Amino acid sequence: MQFGIFTVGDIAPNPVTGYTQSEAERIDNIVRVAQRADEVGLDVFALGEHHNPPFIPSSPTTLLGHISALTKRIILSTSVTLMTTNDPVKVAEDYAMLQHVAKGRLDLMVGRGNTVPVYPWFGKDIRQGVALALENYNLLHRLWREDVVNWEGKFRTPLQGFTSTPRPLDDVPPFVWHGSIRTPEIAEQAAFYGNGYFANHILAPNFHFKPLVDFYRERFEHYGHGTREQAIVGLGGQAFIANRSQDAVNTFRPYFENYPLFRGSSLDDFIARTPLSVGSPQEVIDKTLTFQEGFGDYQRQLFALDSMGLPVEMALEQVELLGTEVVPVLRKEMAARRAPGVPDAPVHATLVTAKYGDEAPRQPRPNPNRGDNLSGTSPYQDSDSEFEAHFPLAV
Amino acid sequence: MTAEAPRPFDTASAGASAPASPVRLVIVSAGVSEPSSTRLLADRTAQKAIDLLSDAGVPASVGVIELGPLAVDIAQAIVSGYPGERLQTEIERLAAADAVIASTPVYKAGISGLFKSFADVLDNDLLIATPVILAATAGSARHAMVVDEQMRPLFAFLRAMPTPTSLFAAPEDWGSSALGDRIERAATELVLLLRSGVGTAIAESAWAEYQHQFAGNASRAERAASDVDFNTDLMRLAAGGSALAS
Repeated sequence: MQFGIFTVGDIAPNPVTGYTQSEAERIDNIVRVAQRADEVGLDVFALGEHHNPPFIPSSPTTLLGHISALTKRIILSTSVTLMTTNDPVKVAEDYAMLQHVAKGRLDLMVGRGNTVPVYPWFGKDIRQGVALALENYNLLHRLWREDVVNWEGKFRTPLQGFTSTPRPLDDVPPFVWHGSIRTPEIAEQAAFYGNGYFANHILAPNFHFKPLVDFYRERFEHYGHGTREQAIVGLGGQAFIANRSQDAVNTFRPYFENYPLFRGSSLDDFIARTPLSVGSPQEVIDKTLTFQEGFGDYQRQLFALDSMGLPVEMALEQVELLGTEVVPVLRKEMAARRAPGVPDAPVHATLVTAKYGDEAPRQPRPNPNRGDNLSGTSPYQDSDSEFEAHFPLAV
Repeated sequence: MTAEAPRPFDTASAGASAPASPVRLVIVSAGVSEPSSTRLLADRTAQKAIDLLSDAGVPASVGVIELGPLAVDIAQAIVSGYPGERLQTEIERLAAADAVIASTPVYKAGISGLFKSFADVLDNDLLIATPVILAATAGSARHAMVVDEQMRPLFAFLRAMPTPTSLFAAPEDWGSSALGDRIERAATELVLLLRSGVGTAIAESAWAEYQHQFAGNASRAERAASDVDFNTDLMRLAAGGSALAS
């Protein structure tokens, strides 16, 4: 079971002091939060992707690349990588490169994104959002698994004899989670490929996402990747922790009540009705254990806890409390309740073993440039020479 | 031939066999005073519909959703995007309705904001092909068109089936027998729609053609993989297919 944090990388005025972090400060602070998460033994740090103020992560692979150099064990991920407005070819290239520099400590979560103007900014039509996400992922999946891709789809220019470089680390693509809060087609795609399915979970009533999670589990089994209990499920969560319950509520209240998303909502109501935990470590533990009860055994639990204008010292303290007081107990408790045969989420090492067993992983070495910036139908020394690539006609 | 003159609308013999379980009428009332003329208009209409159904040997029940006490829940649902438990229960009651009587006061030349906010938190497919009587009350006859100009388009968006006659009552209407006639006409239309089974037939044969919310509140909403149609362009694309095909 993996535990970690995910952030949207928002900047909000601190409602207590009125101080607003600069973009420069917030970027530095996110790096510090990720480092602390690594130090306290959390398993995952996931970063969102946004293309408008007051959010900073427009370029997640750049920031995650930097973080990868400053951390040792933590898996870096995204929450989410926009599979609608990004070119899947560039996603394949950027994340393969990140996977290399992070030495395999990378997976990603793909999703549609919910900011309407992002679609027109990137020349896309939001009404085609689901189809875009599905087609783009289908292409990404192939680009990471086939040396040479001939492809034609509805939303991007065709590819003729295209090789996405670098090839994934050890020729094993990063594990992919599909994030969705309402669309069975996205859960279906996750199930079809045997990928993970992540329900953001927060903001909605408790167990609101159970039908979608169950749908994914059933389809995962349908496609023969394992039993429904073995499907790879991730859930979001939101927490504010203090040693004394009332301190947590009192400290957190102004941040919650002044955050635009929650204006007009009552904190107490939100704690009662949604996965938000505000309280002592034990209260956060108890509530998180209800997730396992309700959704079945799952593989990844991410918490949002550095948002809403929290000063960085407070965010770091939250990460510390999560990593030292909450997660160690959750690891033990969840493991004890876990049914036998439920797998962990795949990571690079297990994917390498699954693909190669005891053999050495493939290390693709390109053939020399022919002089036309192409390396022929067999771009690598060990590429399948029988494969027929269709190149653009020379003019 | 009997000696009795035929009823102007023969609701008793219309349609197929009577449904086995009682017909569920649900009143949605956005009236806020006590007593409320908005609620009174809905009650009189429901009573007339029940009488007509009873004449036809169809048992019926009436439930009431009063929006006033749900005002805070409705506002919360608008800002949070999700209805709370109390409101959710009422939405489920509405989803299970065989026919609806929707009644609102007119404020500032329009339907009550409370009524519109309630409609705003409903799933788009909650009332597909459900027979509905539209009703409004106002302080002046000058607002008479509000029902047809505001409620009718709203229920058209919801793909509900409003009766041809809508109801409107200004103060002077309460002393006029013409209001009773209009109530009878609207109730007759509702009962005929209901007994014809056309709403059920539309929902049954064309359900897939409407926009839906997975695991939503509609009584026919897809809740599990066994309900889902995998033979669609998007589902084929999800399973590795091409968006170009066919």
